[in-house]
Amino acid sequence: MTLWQGLTRAFELLITFDGEVMGIAGRSLAISITSMLIAAAVCIPAACLIHFGRVPGKRWLIALIQTLYSVPTVLVGLLVFLSFSRAGPLGNLSLMFTPELMVIGQAVLISPIMLGLVISGLAGTDRRLKQTAVSLGASHVQAAILVTREARYAVLTAMTMAFGRAISEVGLALMVGGNIRGYTRTLTTAISLETAKGDVELSIALGLILLFVALVVNIVMNRFQQRRVDASS
Amino acid sequence: MKRMVLRIRLTLLAAVICPLLMVMLLGCARGDVHVGVDGARERLRVATTTSMYDTGLWEVIEARYEQQYGIRLDVVYAGTGIALEYGRRGDVDVIAVHDKVREEQFIAEGYGIERVPFAYNYFVIVGPGDDPAGLADLQPEQAFTRLYQSQRVPFISRGDDSGTHVKEKAIWKAAGLDYEEVRTSGAWYIERGGGMGPTLLMAAEKQAYALSDIGTFLAYQGDTGLITLVEKDSIMLNVYSAIVIPPEITSAARYDRAQTLIDFLVSPEVQELIGEYGTKDFGRPLFAPCAGAEPKS
Repeated sequence: MTLWQGLTRAFELLITFDGEVMGIAGRSLAISITSMLIAAAVCIPAACLIHFGRVPGKRWLIALIQTLYSVPTVLVGLLVFLSFSRAGPLGNLSLMFTPELMVIGQAVLISPIMLGLVISGLAGTDRRLKQTAVSLGASHVQAAILVTREARYAVLTAMTMAFGRAISEVGLALMVGGNIRGYTRTLTTAISLETAKGDVELSIALGLILLFVALVVNIVMNRFQQRRVDASS
Repeated sequence: MKRMVLRIRLTLLAAVICPLLMVMLLGCARGDVHVGVDGARERLRVATTTSMYDTGLWEVIEARYEQQYGIRLDVVYAGTGIALEYGRRGDVDVIAVHDKVREEQFIAEGYGIERVPFAYNYFVIVGPGDDPAGLADLQPEQAFTRLYQSQRVPFISRGDDSGTHVKEKAIWKAAGLDYEEVRTSGAWYIERGGGMGPTLLMAAEKQAYALSDIGTFLAYQGDTGLITLVEKDSIMLNVYSAIVIPPEITSAARYDRAQTLIDFLVSPEVQELIGEYGTKDFGRPLFAPCAGAEPKS
């Protein structure tokens, strides 16, 4: 019965637009999307560099990136904590227990997935595409952009996966955010807190809201993908 | 190509807009306190124990303080061990914890100036209603000895270096037992590694014994159905005190702000609030006030 109660509670919280819950959901979304975009802005060009460039030990580098898919969130959390804690090397920035630091941490966390999936997406395109573009007088940057565009599905998949990992992780958010009410409390940290308190219904409700948020994001991204198909045809 | 360039521009634009959007969202998302951009408001960071959260006391204190001083409290709930570490590293401005020995050591190491006790209560040994190990009305040390000898009924330890965990170790020691030996003696000794509330929920699940502060125990009694078996002994005294982190570690402004929280905690109104808190819901107060002085056991 608890599941059913959680379901009705989630529905209730959603339609009544409960202030605190909406705040938590909005914060989760904002933090994960921002970290995903930052990671994308860094990783897509980096993936091009690795894929097209002459990187020594490329195969090993890719194996390393793929290994980092499974880096535990708490380990990234610990490294970010040690770097940004006031006693740490970047302590002067005073970012400990702020949403900004959660964004940084999540961006670090999801970068390997983004990098790895974009690289394999680029590798999946036709090799002749780049050769043809270059022979027709395109610069290397132009050719890289062309190939990336050809691999757009893989790039969008990478972004979706990275977003999923960011919004669903709890270890890092707890460790560097501190689960401060109205400031760094996200859906996942709230779920772990409410479960610890024994409020299972609210936890289920928050979990369903998280899935709902993810659904909305995925629909939007899907639309984006569709439109790109239309535009290029 | 042109379309591609446009798209890249759009992506860059999005990368700029989204953080802005985030700041706005984060600013507005705190509708529970105030509306508007947050930068205008001063903040104070506090690390306090899970028992302060589980009983709900700190939330009441927090709301009143924010209203009275217009300073936003950022509260991180963590066991005493982690709270002290946050203080040492300067990641918080005030800690409110409950482990006298480690607090005094913390101050001796220069991480705090003064220890200000503001509330106390007692630890209790709790367990299932049928009391399978027969601990009722024993002295704490006797009760622990009996648990160790029986090696049969599970005991759930916090196992997280919290104030409660340290107290538990002190009781094993007072009972003349070596903690390491107890800890590794068998499957009956379970290390939870979590807050007080979750530990009590697990004790209920496994029909096990546990050491708890009375406040959290009463707050969870409805959910757990556990009963208190051993209480009110001098070794079971549980004092909560606040320590301000010195300005050299945080900053002069943060230090001054932190002082207002200490003044607030020992003020007559808050002390009265502490003394009454819980009476309405649990039929008895969860804490006793002790306005800046060490309570006598």
